[in-house]
Parts: sequence; structure tokens; C-alpha cells
Amino acid sequence: MKSIRNTPASRWLVLLAAAFGLATPAYAVNDLPGGPAVNQLNLPPAASAIAQDLQWLHWFMLIICLAIFVAVFAVMFYSIWKHRKSVGHKAASFHESTTVEIMWTLVPFLIVIAMAVVATKSVVEMKDTTAADLTIKVTGMQWKWGYDYLAGEGAGIGFVSTIDAGHRELSNQGGPKAGQHVDDYLLKVDYPLVVPVHKKIRLITTANDVIHAFYIQSFGINQAAIPGFVRDAWFKSEKVGDFYGQCSQLCGKEHSFMPIHVKVLSEEDYTKWAAAEVTKAAAKADDPSKVWAMNDIMSRGEKVYAQNCAACHQVSGKGGGAIKALDGAAVVNDADKTKQIMVLLNGQNNGAMPSWKTLSDTDIAAVVTYTKNHWSNKTGQLVQPADVLAMRK
Amino acid sequence: MSAVLGHHEHANDDHGHAPTGWRRWVFATNHKDIGTLYLLFAFSNLMIGGVLALCIRLELFQPGLQFFNPELFNQFTTMHGLIMVFGAIMPAFVGFANWMVPLQIGAADMAFARMNNFSFWLMIPAAVLLVSSFWLPGGAIAAGWTIYAPLSLQQGASMDAGIFALHVLGASSIMGSINIIVTILNMRAPGMTLMKMPMFAWTWLITAYLLIAVMPVLAGVITMTLTDRHFGTSFFNPAGGGDPVMFQHIFWFFGHPEVYIMILPAFGIISQVVPAFARKRLFGYASMVYATSSIAILSFIVWAHHMFTSGMPVTGQLFFMYATMLIAVPTAVKIFNWIATMWQGSMTFETPMLFAVGFIFVFTMGGFTGLILAMAPIDIQIHDTYYVVAHFHYVLVAGSLYAMFSGFYYWSPKWTGFMYDETRGKIHFWWSLIAFNVTFFPMHFLGLAGMPRRYADYPMQFADFNALASVGAFAFGLAQVYFFFFIVLPMMMGKGEKAPQKPWDGAEGLEWEVPSPAPFHTFETPPKLNASATRIVG
Repeated sequence: MKSIRNTPASRWLVLLAAAFGLATPAYAVNDLPGGPAVNQLNLPPAASAIAQDLQWLHWFMLIICLAIFVAVFAVMFYSIWKHRKSVGHKAASFHESTTVEIMWTLVPFLIVIAMAVVATKSVVEMKDTTAADLTIKVTGMQWKWGYDYLAGEGAGIGFVSTIDAGHRELSNQGGPKAGQHVDDYLLKVDYPLVVPVHKKIRLITTANDVIHAFYIQSFGINQAAIPGFVRDAWFKSEKVGDFYGQCSQLCGKEHSFMPIHVKVLSEEDYTKWAAAEVTKAAAKADDPSKVWAMNDIMSRGEKVYAQNCAACHQVSGKGGGAIKALDGAAVVNDADKTKQIMVLLNGQNNGAMPSWKTLSDTDIAAVVTYTKNHWSNKTGQLVQPADVLAMRK
Repeated sequence: MSAVLGHHEHANDDHGHAPTGWRRWVFATNHKDIGTLYLLFAFSNLMIGGVLALCIRLELFQPGLQFFNPELFNQFTTMHGLIMVFGAIMPAFVGFANWMVPLQIGAADMAFARMNNFSFWLMIPAAVLLVSSFWLPGGAIAAGWTIYAPLSLQQGASMDAGIFALHVLGASSIMGSINIIVTILNMRAPGMTLMKMPMFAWTWLITAYLLIAVMPVLAGVITMTLTDRHFGTSFFNPAGGGDPVMFQHIFWFFGHPEVYIMILPAFGIISQVVPAFARKRLFGYASMVYATSSIAILSFIVWAHHMFTSGMPVTGQLFFMYATMLIAVPTAVKIFNWIATMWQGSMTFETPMLFAVGFIFVFTMGGFTGLILAMAPIDIQIHDTYYVVAHFHYVLVAGSLYAMFSGFYYWSPKWTGFMYDETRGKIHFWWSLIAFNVTFFPMHFLGLAGMPRRYADYPMQFADFNALASVGAFAFGLAQVYFFFFIVLPMMMGKGEKAPQKPWDGAEGLEWEVPSPAPFHTFETPPKLNASATRIVG
């Protein structure tokens, strides 16, 4: 019987490749412009001048390091080949040389200084957030981003940007299947951040709960969003289009599920968008004194639930693991509706259930009513937006 | 023939004071036994940490959540880090120190033999507490091994268990370090000046000082986390006026020297192995001592390179960038010195040398990615991505772990009295090397392309490299199982050729002046040494 040793190595490699090929489904995914490319090897294409500088800097470092690496290991492998006992080489006896030590301390020192000098310019540029055209506050929350336009064209616009609920659900279902083509998987949001092209955008970052980080490679920004603190960063996109990023600081269980989508528009398109948003905001401002009928508020609540709650509590309301079931839950079925409203406004269990006070009174009233009257819960209770408003301090 | 002055040539025999049975291990005060205990403990943790890594790679094999919910996934990434750092790498190096430092300096044992026992046995309840935190309500810590605030303040009871475990582990490390320093400074055989001491002893002397300096800092920051959680303080809790970034400063003031704690003993091992197999003295011994000391001192002033995205002012970014790049210089000097040792030597490539040369090659790759990360602007593009994961696994696995394998193959004949199977050793080396690179090299690409770390699911464009990394990870894990069952276990059970006193003809040092296996008691009276303090005379 042929032993393992006699099988040529090439056979093993083919077998391994085949096993690998069989094991992984062929994903029919394309490059995402403004996002990752399939099997991307290097930094993404730059959309801002800073990102361009960073690409250059990376190539600069990579080439120098590669050159040194190749040189040093050429020497080592040469030595391995020539200075071995089996070819009869006898060991020399030298074991020190002050000159050599000085040389190979000084030369790396000089190389490192040269690298540092080159990098310094970028560090200083990236920190200069003065004279911005537009200032936007970015708030990291568990687990979504809030954007508030503070100064410049569009000031006053504010909204929350959450991962697309369908994508989140797809993740829970085990992910896209082979042949399923979701180029912006886990990068799609409901309301992207919209900014004009060729304008310096200053981002002020903060957070509501834990540290998050706002990270978009195309613009060369990666800024921690720290609760209780404000930090800033800036970018100026030179290209119109869609650009994507993700949260890059561990922030809890949905850390992988709070993407960033920036839509860069031409200046006229941005002006149109800003104007439309202001009008829409006015219309959307739910009147908290409106009195809702059960059917209407239930269908509103169902939407709110799917958008915000289903990812953890499941569409079935059964939760799972540490996540409490809502179907049959004591606080949901309680005759005192303020108990459940409290949970939604303040969170529970140290943030394991986050606070949802950023939702409107109408949204909270709707989702509370929905949970109280859905699945096996049949409380018959109707929570009005005014009830929620009354409980906010 | 007497390698040990005095009458204890049959020290393995029972003279009535060499203990047997369970008491030998529970009440161990012998540095060799305690060394063995640490090594076995470390290997068990390597396996546990390894299983957690495989769970991570299993989930990341394909996009989508197939096996674990994201909260459990975060527990896996956190515990993998904590167990590997505090349960595997650090105790393993302490095991090497216990076995080899007294032998190398001609001392009978460590200075404080009973404290040595306490240092080891403290680790067992700490490790049990840490690992069993998976079964506490809420599961294990899920805040990353770096346990940043305020996320750490949201964790369940396992955070408190982890804090307690870290305190105990820290106490153990501090006591161990005191032991090592006192032993090295006071118990070297006459004639062995510090500048004649083996490099492994030097690197441990320096590492011990680093440990004493920074473990208390970790103790401080985790205590502040504890009081924030339960005793109403607001060190890091912003709602009370606290500063989450201060956590990062204090943590990394510990954390950066910590990573040097995990690599300096590795450097020491390589400095023993390469000269032995090149049959040539270590090039630039004094330079190596100074380089190691420079690395240790510099390691205190670079911590905020882990915080380039936290919002430091420009001057801060620049200072930490410059200081971090500076550390590359003494590290490069060490690499050059090792290669100069090989140069014009007469090399053979038994397994210890394979791992040592492999170390030099692959650790340097990790060193270069570290230099690239040191450039603050580039770091902004790849901070908290898989590029960082690739970097630290190259230096910790292909660095520290390979050095440990090298040291194991080099010294295990002395420990056990048996030679390992050379063919199997080579298989272990090549299998590990290839699998390691298949696992971690693609992560550089993933990081440059923007895949963040500690992610349970990812955009589809990252699928192929993740799949490749997962396959490599399982292969790497299997290689270590092979190592245990086919190399370590046979040696421990006495299968294999009997090892001579000095299996490696180019090796030097007092450990090779005693029989294999080393008798229970060695150097009970200080040996008389030759001029270079490498041989016993008379």
C-alpha cells in the first residue's frame, strides 16, 4: 500500500485546492464602488486629497520595508545556503564589531527619521479642522449613527441612520446564499449621510453610551465617538458618489451592524436635498397631541418594531439567549403601561437593552401598543404619544 | 565527570527528601518541577484559547451568522485574547524561566522557593475563574481583551470575575518577577558577571523589571473599573464626569510594556539557539544587552500609539509616532546581530534551529507591519482592522510561540532525558509555518480593505480571504494537537532515544554541564567556572 510519504506533493496541493473550492460556495458578489472590492489587496481608491496622500504614504512605507526585508533576508538565506555544516563550511570565530554595530544602528535610525518627516505633514493636515464649509455632529449610539447638521447649508436637519433591516435579518438567517448577490451587504442603511462635493465637512463626533468609531477609508477618516466628549475630524470629497464605512470600535453586540453610508452630491443636488429635507422634517414631526386609533397605531407599531426591535427580539417576539421574549413578558402585559415605556426610554440591564429615547413619542407609543397587542399578548391597551411625552423628564 | 560539585550524583534517587506523589506537585518548591507545572498549565490554556479561536474562525468562515449570536462571538474574541495573553504566553515564559534561569546561572534553585510555589498555584484558581465566567449570567466578558470603558461598565458579573482573576494573575506575576530578579542578581555562580550571563537570563532580568513596573498599573485600572461598576465612582463613566479616554491611557501604559514582556524572553531563547546551531558565538553580546534594555525603556513612552483615533492633539500624535518608530531601531539591531551570528557559521537545521530561523523571518514581517502601523496617518486608515490583527499575531504567534517551540525542542532533552523525534519535529515546524501564514497573511489584505476587527459578520467582498484564514486556522490548530500527541507525550512517557548530556554540539552554557535529565537538585554548591563562565572546571 502506498504510504502517505510516496504521494507527490503536487497531488496533495490539488486535493487541498479542490477541498477548498468545494467547501466554499461561489459568491456572486461584485466590487462595491466606494466600498470594498472583491479580494481587495490594498487601500481603497481615494475620494479625498488626504486619502490620496495616505495611499502614497502607505506605498512609500511598503516599498521601503519590502526592499529592506528582501535585502536582509537575501543575506540570511545566502548564509543558510553557504554557511552550513553539510557543505563543509567551518565556523568563523568573530563575535563582535563596534563599527558594524554603530552602522546598523545609525542607518535604520536615519531611515526612520526620514519616514517620520514625510508622515508629519499628513498628521498636521488631518488635524486641521478649521474653516469648514459644513459642520455635522455624528453621534454613535448602540447601535446606529445619529447625524445632526449644525452649521452650513442644511443646518437643522437631523436624523438617525440604521442598518437596513433586511440585511440584518439576512445575517441572522445565516447570510447571503451562494449566487445571492448583495454587493452592499451590511453596508446599506435607511438614511445615508448626505454631503456636497468639494466642500470641507467638519465632523464632530460624540456618543450616547459607549465608545464607537466613525470610519470611512475613502476619505481617510477614523475618529472615535466618545460619550461625554467631543472630538472632530474633517474630510473633503473630490468625487460625487456613495462611500461606505463601518464602526471601528467594539461597542457591544451589534458592533458589526452599524454601517456608515455617505452620499456625496453635486452642489446643486445637495441644495435641493437640503431644502426637501427641511420640508419633510416639518411634515414628519409627529404631533404628540394627536390621538390615534388602534388599527392605525398598530400598523405604525409593526413598522417601528421591524425596523428597530426585530433584530434582537425576533419577528416572533421570542428573543433568544440573553434577549428577553416580549411575547408573554410580564412588563409588556402589565396593566401599568408606564413600566414598559420606562424600559424603552431608559434602557435596562446596564445597556444590554439600550435606551430608545431618540425615537419620537409617536414611534414609542406605536411600538409599545403593538407589543402589548400582538402574538399572545392581548392587553387591549392603547398608548398615545402624549403618554410617552409625559414620561420624558 | 562530576558536573555538580558535591556528592549528589544520584539525585534522582529517593534519599528521603525528594518528594513523590501528589505532594511533589502541590508542595513543589523545586524550580524544575515548578517550571514543568507552568509549561503544562500554559499549554492547556493554549488549547483552550485555541478552541476559542477556532470558534471565531468557524463563524467567520462565511458571511452571515451561522453558529453563534454576536454577543457570544464577542465573548469568544475577548476570552481568546485574555486566555492567550495571561494564560498561555506569560505563564509559558515563566515556565522557561523557572527551568532555565537557575541552571544557566549555576544556582541551586530560585531565591524564594516557597513563594515560587505560591506564584504557580495562584494561577489555577484565577484561570478557573476566568474560563468558568462563560457560565455566569450574561456570559463571559465581551468587551475585548482591552476591556475599554464604558463598555466594560455594561458587562455582567463576568467582568468582576475577570477583574478578580487579573488581580490574582498580576500578583502571581509580580511575585515571580521579584523571585527572578533576586535570583539573578544574587545567586549567580562566582565568576559569572552580569555581562557573562546567558542572554536568556538577561532578557528575563529585564522582563521582570517591566512586569514589576506595569502589573500594578493594570491592577489600578481594573480596580477603578470595579469601583465604577459597583461603588459609585466615576473614573471612566462619563455620566458622572469621568473620562473613558483615561482608561485607555492607563490601560495602554500597562499594555504596551506588556507586549514587550511577551517578546523579550523570546528574544532570549533565540539568542541561545542560533549560536548553538551556527556553532558560533552570539554576535555583539554587549550590543544585544543594550538593545534589549533600550527596547524595554522605550516601551514606556509609546503607549498612545494604540490611541491614534482617540482624538489626541497634534503634538501627542507626533510624539507617539516618533517614539514608536524609534523602537524599530534596537529591534532591527537584534535581527542584524542574529543574522551576523549565522553568517560564516557552520549551521545545521535541527528543529530548534528551524523554529529560530522561522522566528527571525516571520517576526520581522510582523515588525515591519508594526512600523507601518506606527505611522499615525496610515494607522488612521487601518486602526482596529484586521491589519492590526495580522500584525500582532505575526509577532505573538510567529514570534513568541515559535521561540517557545524552539526553546522546547532545544531544552526538552535536558528536561526529560529523551530526544524528541526529529522527523516529527520538522513536520510540526513546516505544518505550523505554512498554516500560520495561510491564516494570517490574508488578514493584511482584509485590513487594508477596511474589514474591522471583532466583527461577527462582514460584507461579502471579504468572503474569500476569510474562508482562507479559517481553513489555515484549523490546520494550525491541528498542528499543535499533533505536537502534543506525537512529540510531547511520547517524550514525557519516556519513548525515544535517551538524550546525551549535550545533544547539541554547538551549545554552550551551564545547563549543558549537568546530566540529561537534569537531576532533581543541581548546583547545590556553586560550581567553579572557566573564564567565560560557560563551563565548569575542576
